[in-house]
Amino acid sequence: MANSKTPSGKPRIGVYVCHCGTNIAGVVDVEDVANWSAEELKDIGVVLSRDNKFMCSSQGQELIESDIKEFGLNRVVVAACSPHLHEKTFRGACERAGMNPFFCEMASIREQVSWVTKDKKKATEKSKSMVAGAVNRVVYHEALEPIKVPINPTTLIVGGGIAGIQAALEIANTGHEVYLVEREPSIGGHMAQFDKTFPTLDCSACILTPRMSEVGMHPNINLLTWSEVENVDGFVGNFDVTIRKKSRCVIEEDCTGCGICVQKCPITVIDDEFGVGIGTRKAIYTPFDQAIPNYPVLDKENCTYFIKGTCRACEKFCATNAIDFEQQDEIINVTVGNIILATGYDLFDARKMPNYGYGRYPNVFTSMEFERLCNAAGPTNGEIVLRDGVTAPKSVAIVHCVGSRDKNHNNYCSAICCMQSLKFAHIVYERTGAEIHNFYIDIRTTAKNYDEFYQRVLDEGTLFVRGKVAEITDVPQNEAEEGKLIVQAEDTLAGLQRRIPVDMVILSVGLEPKGDSDEVAHQFGISCSSNGWFTEKHPKLDPVSTMTEGIFIAGCATGPKDIPASVSQGSAAAARVISYIEMGELELEPVRASVIEEICSGCKICNDLCPYNAIIFIEDKQVTEINEALCQGCGTCVAACPAGAIVGTGFSNEQILAQIEGLMMDFSVPEVV
Amino acid sequence: MKYLFYPGCSMQRSAKPYLDSLKLVEKTLGLESVDVEDWNCCGATEFSSVNRTASHAIVGRNLALAQEQASGTDELVAACSACYLNLSKTDHFMREDADFNALVNDALSAGGLEYEPGSVKVRHSLDIIVNNVGYDAVKEKVTKPLSGLRVGAYYGCMIVRPDVNERFSNPEEPYELEDLLEVLGAEVVDFKMKTQCCSGHMTQISSEVAYDMIKQIVKPAVEEEIDVLVTLCPMCQLNIDAFQNEMNKHFGTNYEVPILYFSQLMGLAFGYTEKELGIGKEFVNVSPALAKIGKTTEEVPTPKKKKKSKSDPSLPMPKMPIHYRGGS
Amino acid sequence: MSVSAEFNNKQSYTKIKDLPGFNLIELVEARTPGDSRLEMCIQCGSCGGSCPSGKDMDHSPRQLFAMLRAGIVDEVLESNAPWYCVSCYKCYVRCPQEVKITDIMYTLKTIAISTGKFKVNEAKDFSETFTGYVEKYGRSFEFGLSTRHSLRHLPMTVSGTIGLGLGLIKTGRLDITPHKIKNIDQLQKILNRAYELEAQR
Ligand SMILES: Cc1cc2nc3c(=O)[nH]c(=O)nc-3n(C[C@H](O)[C@H](O)[C@H](O)COP(=O)(O)OP(=O)(O)OC[C@H]3O[C@@H](n4cnc5c(N)ncnc54)[C@H](O)[C@@H]3O)c2cc1C
Ligand code: SF4
Ligand code: SF4
Repeated sequence: MANSKTPSGKPRIGVYVCHCGTNIAGVVDVEDVANWSAEELKDIGVVLSRDNKFMCSSQGQELIESDIKEFGLNRVVVAACSPHLHEKTFRGACERAGMNPFFCEMASIREQVSWVTKDKKKATEKSKSMVAGAVNRVVYHEALEPIKVPINPTTLIVGGGIAGIQAALEIANTGHEVYLVEREPSIGGHMAQFDKTFPTLDCSACILTPRMSEVGMHPNINLLTWSEVENVDGFVGNFDVTIRKKSRCVIEEDCTGCGICVQKCPITVIDDEFGVGIGTRKAIYTPFDQAIPNYPVLDKENCTYFIKGTCRACEKFCATNAIDFEQQDEIINVTVGNIILATGYDLFDARKMPNYGYGRYPNVFTSMEFERLCNAAGPTNGEIVLRDGVTAPKSVAIVHCVGSRDKNHNNYCSAICCMQSLKFAHIVYERTGAEIHNFYIDIRTTAKNYDEFYQRVLDEGTLFVRGKVAEITDVPQNEAEEGKLIVQAEDTLAGLQRRIPVDMVILSVGLEPKGDSDEVAHQFGISCSSNGWFTEKHPKLDPVSTMTEGIFIAGCATGPKDIPASVSQGSAAAARVISYIEMGELELEPVRASVIEEICSGCKICNDLCPYNAIIFIEDKQVTEINEALCQGCGTCVAACPAGAIVGTGFSNEQILAQIEGLMMDFSVPEVV
Repeated sequence: MKYLFYPGCSMQRSAKPYLDSLKLVEKTLGLESVDVEDWNCCGATEFSSVNRTASHAIVGRNLALAQEQASGTDELVAACSACYLNLSKTDHFMREDADFNALVNDALSAGGLEYEPGSVKVRHSLDIIVNNVGYDAVKEKVTKPLSGLRVGAYYGCMIVRPDVNERFSNPEEPYELEDLLEVLGAEVVDFKMKTQCCSGHMTQISSEVAYDMIKQIVKPAVEEEIDVLVTLCPMCQLNIDAFQNEMNKHFGTNYEVPILYFSQLMGLAFGYTEKELGIGKEFVNVSPALAKIGKTTEEVPTPKKKKKSKSDPSLPMPKMPIHYRGGS
Repeated sequence: MSVSAEFNNKQSYTKIKDLPGFNLIELVEARTPGDSRLEMCIQCGSCGGSCPSGKDMDHSPRQLFAMLRAGIVDEVLESNAPWYCVSCYKCYVRCPQEVKITDIMYTLKTIAISTGKFKVNEAKDFSETFTGYVEKYGRSFEFGLSTRHSLRHLPMTVSGTIGLGLGLIKTGRLDITPHKIKNIDQLQKILNRAYELEAQR
């Protein structure tokens, strides 16, 4: 902008006290605050002070603009809500009137005053102190220019479940390059393990695999499976990422995916990953038929050659010589502008509830085991049978909320288990005709067509028992219970303690954050909630962003959700990234900390304190440096530095001390600074 | 190791064999235990049914005495489950709830006493033996392994629940007692009713309800061919032992499952005589079971993990932690 | 006079239900040490399903809590459920809301006694006989011994055994006098103060 942003001469401050309807005015005497400021703070430089019903309205903003022009204001203080909400609004108004926006300061007299007390007198007094603090502080403000960073148009997506797949395709389809890093041998995530999906009951593979192959073939997507991110440096627009591509012992360029190696491998092991312990695989394998990519992975821990030094059957049979026992991990460095984390979830370990007998009684299954069992590509080719592999169950109990909504385990609702349990009831009904009992605490079927699905399952004759299952045992108390699993629960609606003998029990285990979510969050400089889910920038208004610019989150990594919600978040995160890429460069708030090299003693006290990993230590100079783009201006390091070597633009010592002085101002004798 | 010991009323009389055998075990393991002087009843489950404040105040007196008498140790050990729980709970509530702490101390002050919550650490004898002495040290003292004896560990309730100090592995599936019995050389059975209630005071209130609960323990023990149940609670011992016959009469059954204290089995393995350990006072005769010790029973081939044949259609079982003894 | 009656007279029973503003749910919460979390119950039934006495109880713990919320007093205090609680703490460790169920059961019993509402006489008598001994001697009569005694020496009909055993104890015909602790005075002072304090809660 052409006009000078540095005010000339003495401060000329305008104070605006907002009513916020009755939000503030209902408790604070806003008129009194405005009048008091005009009177008592004029020596500091207040030239006018007004109260207004809604400062954030266009009329309110225009008022600031016209006052700046008419009265030559060079500083503005708005006493209203939290700066989180409207700081941008008022800075914008100042800027439109030709003032540097950083000469605008807010006093939060709603969140910090009117919403937290009913005492009108004290509220009014506190509002005055806060205005005085802001006025005192704004005097020391300086004109600041936003920091501009260019955005590298390449994006990194971590996690190739449905959320990551969706995000990758959205971005790649706009012509921008994507690196999709997946830890497992194939993309697909949990959805690839299911047979059918609620509420429509379409075949999971049928709707998922087309997306997977699209990813595999997309010219703009660099797919790195069996890979993990090792290190991340840099900041929004310009992240340097190190990726470890683990050795598969298969040369991808040469492999045709024919599968002869898998066929010829003599070693069969229990598949604990994709097959959740009830399926098997070979020592060289692709997790499932439609895996993308379809190059196999050699499992060195179980391979006879790696254990005993002989075999090499796979190598012998491979027509293209694609097996390479000596293959090493590969380290790949890429530079990206934005990152999306779509790392999904883990499942609650049912062995933590011994009263449900999982692991003790063969015919107690987890939900994921059941998904594999009823999957046509699963260990029984979709046949629903007991653990003996042959007997069809005549009665099945489905237990909701296992490990969820339970203070002893996970203190939250896993959101999908009700629908997943209803889906199972339907599948059991359809394929076995068995008698089905669903044990629930509450049925939560809130999304579109979900309650209709519940109605359908009711209509099919599933028996619903409202009661959290107390225990599952095979110790009979009467003849009818011999040889059965007995599910003991209080039928809370009938008011009875019941013992229901069944052949099979399915435990709908809850969703949990990935076991390594804390480390991943730390690696990418974002935070986790106390439960371990990634924290959104704003739970309602910015659900796919994080507090770290350029790092976005999607899918179950942010909390339990179903496929439609995971896909929506994948798209939403992609949209945010695309908009950054389209902008070409990003303006960052200039409120930043920096180190005065000459004063820094190299004590490193600040180094580990930064929540955004913005601080690095320069070994050869033995001083600390702050990355301007990573720094979010929180001020932690400024306060921590014993040498006073860190200064903050926007929160200098002068500014903070002046504000404190203002806050403590004696009302009767206004002080002149 | 030195600690204060709270014997409790049961161990003075009906559970005397528990006390006697425990003293011998302590001696062998080099545990120096000193009884709390002039202790009073812990109130069992009855005092708290009549008056809450008083029930905790009397336990508070014991804690206060222990605090006073403690010299060179802050561990207060009990072997009766109810005593152990009452001591732990009062201390726990006093730590957790400042008002309650003030309340109990107000009552105590009437007797010139004061107790600072947390100043003694309440422990159970089993906890001391497995966690302080350790399995290896126990093993060293075994001179007469209990081989051939099929035992079921029977914890009952109050030692593992609510376990306010989290001393045991799990409130429903603990494994400490099994591990200990294994060290003694016994054959440990996965006893599914191991933390089921023995019926507590129901024997005194409604015999029908009590017999039903006792049957729920005894029947599976018979089905698992358990020679002897092993307990660490006087109440469990009493209910399963003394009422078994009545229970049998009630249901027309003829179950016969003897039950001994864990310290008695330890004593046997350490080479003490049955008489020294107070064995022989039970209602359900334990002699046939004990006669099996040392006799290698007809070679029941331990079901070897046979390799899964190609034609076996069964699905793999979930992997379980090492302490787990069940499974099929 | 029976032992229990003799000692019951010493307790300062307040007629709680006559107190102005008597609120059972608040009283239960106040008298239960620590945080009872009674108000946190989500009515899942895990307690009622777990309870070994469950099928013989008039109401499951869950139902009692619902009734308490509904302001029902008499039926709650007259219920056999707290008396049939065997203190197994299964419900306690399984409750997903960490409601201190077993402790609430104890508190309900104490209030049922002090309001004279209890219905299960055997249980109440048993508890009071037991506490009576503690008050007098500092030690319990140790019912294990009495049981052993009566089962060994007085074989009789099954159902009669216990009642009679207890009867014998009460009438002092069974010689099972507990040891008296040395400083019984101290214990009694503590107890008397505790009774006063409880009545104020
Ligand atoms: C038994 C069961 C049945 C269900 N049925 C249905 C249904 O019928 N309908 C429905 O709508 N929803 C259903 N759901 C919910 C559904 O599974 C989820 O909504 C969906 O899978 C979430 O997708 P996602 O991409 O967020 O996570 P995921 O599917 O978990 O994918 C995450 C991916 O990230 C990878 N990853 C994780 N960490 C890293 C890392 N550090 N580096 C690299 N890669 C990493 C993982 O390997 C995985 O491939 C069901 C859930 C369960 C448990
Ligand atoms: S288990 Fe807990 S939450 Fe569930 S009904 Fe019982 S008290 Fe309420
Ligand atoms: S503690 Fe009492 S109420 Fe709870 S399950 Fe045991 S007997 Fe039932």
